[in-house]
Amino acid sequence: MKLLTHNMLTSHVRGVRPGGGFPLRIQATEVKVNNVDFNQEFVARMIPKVEWGALVEAAESLGHLSDLPHQLPPEYENNEDFLRKVHHVLLEVEVMEGILKCPDSGREFPITKGIPNMLLSEEET
Amino acid sequence: MGVVVKVSPEWLPPARNLECFLPSAVALSLQISSAEMDSTSQNNLKRNKSEKKLLRKQIKARNTLMRHEGIECVSHTTKSLVIANGGLGNGVNRHQLLRLVEECGLVEALLMPPNKPYSFMKYGSTEEAKKAYDTLNGKEITLEDSDQNVTLYVNFVEKVHWEDIIPISLPPGLMMVEELVSPEEEQKMLESIDWTENEVIQNAQKSLKHRRVKHFGYEFRYDNNNVDKDKPLHGGLPGICSMLLEKCLKQGYIKHKPDQLTINQYEPGQGIPPHIDTHSAFEDEITSLSLGAEIVMDFKHPDGRTVAVMLPQRSLLVMTGESRYLWTHGITPRKFDIVHASERQKVGSVTPDVGDLTLNRRGTRTSFTFRKVRRSPCNCIYPSVCDSQQSHQREEAPSFHDSETEAPKLEQEYVHKVYEEIATHFSSTRHSPWPQIVEFLRTLPKGSIVADIGCGNGKYLGINKDLYMIGCDRSQNLVDICGEKKFQAFVCDALSVPVRNSSCDACISIAVIHHFSTAERRLAAVCELARLLRPGGKALIYVWAMEQEYNKQKSKYLKEKRASKGKEEEINTDVAWGLFCDQTHDNGSQDSACSDQILNDSKDKGGNAKQVINSKLPVHTNRTSFHSQDVLVPWHLKGGTNKKGEYAKVLQLPAGSKELQEFSPVFHRYYHVFCEGELEAACKTLDCIRIQKSYYDQGNWCVVLEKQ
Repeated sequence: MKLLTHNMLTSHVRGVRPGGGFPLRIQATEVKVNNVDFNQEFVARMIPKVEWGALVEAAESLGHLSDLPHQLPPEYENNEDFLRKVHHVLLEVEVMEGILKCPDSGREFPITKGIPNMLLSEEET
Repeated sequence: MGVVVKVSPEWLPPARNLECFLPSAVALSLQISSAEMDSTSQNNLKRNKSEKKLLRKQIKARNTLMRHEGIECVSHTTKSLVIANGGLGNGVNRHQLLRLVEECGLVEALLMPPNKPYSFMKYGSTEEAKKAYDTLNGKEITLEDSDQNVTLYVNFVEKVHWEDIIPISLPPGLMMVEELVSPEEEQKMLESIDWTENEVIQNAQKSLKHRRVKHFGYEFRYDNNNVDKDKPLHGGLPGICSMLLEKCLKQGYIKHKPDQLTINQYEPGQGIPPHIDTHSAFEDEITSLSLGAEIVMDFKHPDGRTVAVMLPQRSLLVMTGESRYLWTHGITPRKFDIVHASERQKVGSVTPDVGDLTLNRRGTRTSFTFRKVRRSPCNCIYPSVCDSQQSHQREEAPSFHDSETEAPKLEQEYVHKVYEEIATHFSSTRHSPWPQIVEFLRTLPKGSIVADIGCGNGKYLGINKDLYMIGCDRSQNLVDICGEKKFQAFVCDALSVPVRNSSCDACISIAVIHHFSTAERRLAAVCELARLLRPGGKALIYVWAMEQEYNKQKSKYLKEKRASKGKEEEINTDVAWGLFCDQTHDNGSQDSACSDQILNDSKDKGGNAKQVINSKLPVHTNRTSFHSQDVLVPWHLKGGTNKKGEYAKVLQLPAGSKELQEFSPVFHRYYHVFCEGELEAACKTLDCIRIQKSYYDQGNWCVVLEKQ
């Protein structure tokens, strides 16, 4: 699971407060860093779609903050240095094993071989 | 000119509705350039009266061919000719015509389309064709099989072309046993029938103008097409049949001993209208012994497919399964049957190969039709044509899947579990993305975030490198395959996708929503897609269509039905049209027999959902049309082992099959196939989306939605 994917995921357990299921806390037991070709335009386009605070929090919890600022800097589109860091965090850092924890209900979702299992039981939906 | 030309009596009106005899595989097309007529007034003056008459008739024939059949004749000499009044449709047999045309030269091809009053031929040279033209135009011949005379009118055509003929298979479940009885036995059986004796039958006999009939065991009533099950006829079946039936049981041709016999006698020109023997009246096996003469019986599937089957003298026809329950059978009242001219095939289906058809004069055929009276309602898998189930359904409460509590159980048992089991094999058959889905993904703006809800093995996740695609599926095993391919994927249910609102630029849902078993749940799945989209975001949805034939085009799913083993790979590559692999059984009844067994044998872990479903959901026959919107579709697992490495079960087919056959496990997936407009109607109930486009793609209904 890349952190960009994580940034889109939310807990969907029944009874969670609106918006309360996001962001999922990551408790990783294995994190991998894979090289991905840098595409400046692509990364720049991703940033507005990302919940910046959640991304920084997730990167920090994995020890891969990579000097990302807590506030999104202005005019980042042409800031290659910044975009390379974002690229790294969004696309290169991958959680292979661990759990995702719903911040509201505490429900835990396992991550195995990089695949989160977000399936709920019938009672939970 | 003011001359009224009388249509020659032998020129039969073109039998347009008999096109059904010609399956779509056969197409006659004529590539012809337009040309001027060669009749100048000067020429006309020189001709004598009879020549003029011939010319008029020839032109008349030419016009009729053009007007009714779209066949364009040319005035210059070519190698190919069309012979009006020289066709199977007006009583000219192949043998007679061939003898005539061969006198003029070496015939490369003689094409006689079934039921048409003309034929085509091609010579090796224009000289020979010209000779045939001169010799045969206006020639009067006496039909070999009757005393009638017909006059041939010949015209040149540019080119005669016909496509390859694909042999037609027998309807599934139909079997022919040749020479079941000896000529001596045949004679004895025919002599044993006393057509004068039985008074009970008098009324029935009178009511049938078109053939003689006698009943034993039970009287068949033509008013309600059923039998009085409480009123067996005195005497049972004739003793002469005992040996014969014992033989059939022993040889495995039939499984149950019949208790009803109908003897029909057809004179040439008589027939029986197309019908399906009433389901509630008789059990599965219906057998018919043909004595005295051969005949061609026509079988027809509800989707329009027809198969003409030659029933040779002394042969036994056994109808079971689909051929008994779903196909109609009948005998067209006529004096000649269209049959193969060559020796290659004198039994079974008559393939309308125009290069190998001739006429066969009918004789008096007497049929012994044996049936077993049914004692309990029919529960076949063809409810649309089953009288037991139609009355049953009307009386009963809404079907199982209207219940919101049963629906998830059904889907758990017949969708989720199945995909877990077949994941590896399923994935191995899914590698070619569909062109129109690829196009959708390719045209999305760079940097779009796209969710594939129900991504299966992820075949769309890597289509466009300029997108960020995430996939999800209900099946862990399928998602694991995506993981191995380094795609971003997770496990979840399509009704509850753990992705935040309005976070996606686009979504796709390919062959997913048809797995939900209630209208509410299908709508909920569309709603969930819409929730994920940002305003202006787009969703593409594909669901399987009830209509596997649309705008007269058969879907690939149907068309690949008879494909050879070698083509299997190709067939299996597509999601909805190839959701199944290798469903090409020669005998469809095996399929259903096998299915029943699996359903009954499997351990009942799914609670009552399974039982309810078992009794109600029809099992679809792979690569055929649908007869119900809610169906179970078999998946034949290949490779011998399932994911846990257990050996595949070996199933023994019921008695009657010639040998044991090994079967890999069969799984049944639930589908709700969509009718035209159904998907759009569901989408229109949601205010937050707008239908941007809807279309039909190879047996699927598709929509592109835009979030408002």
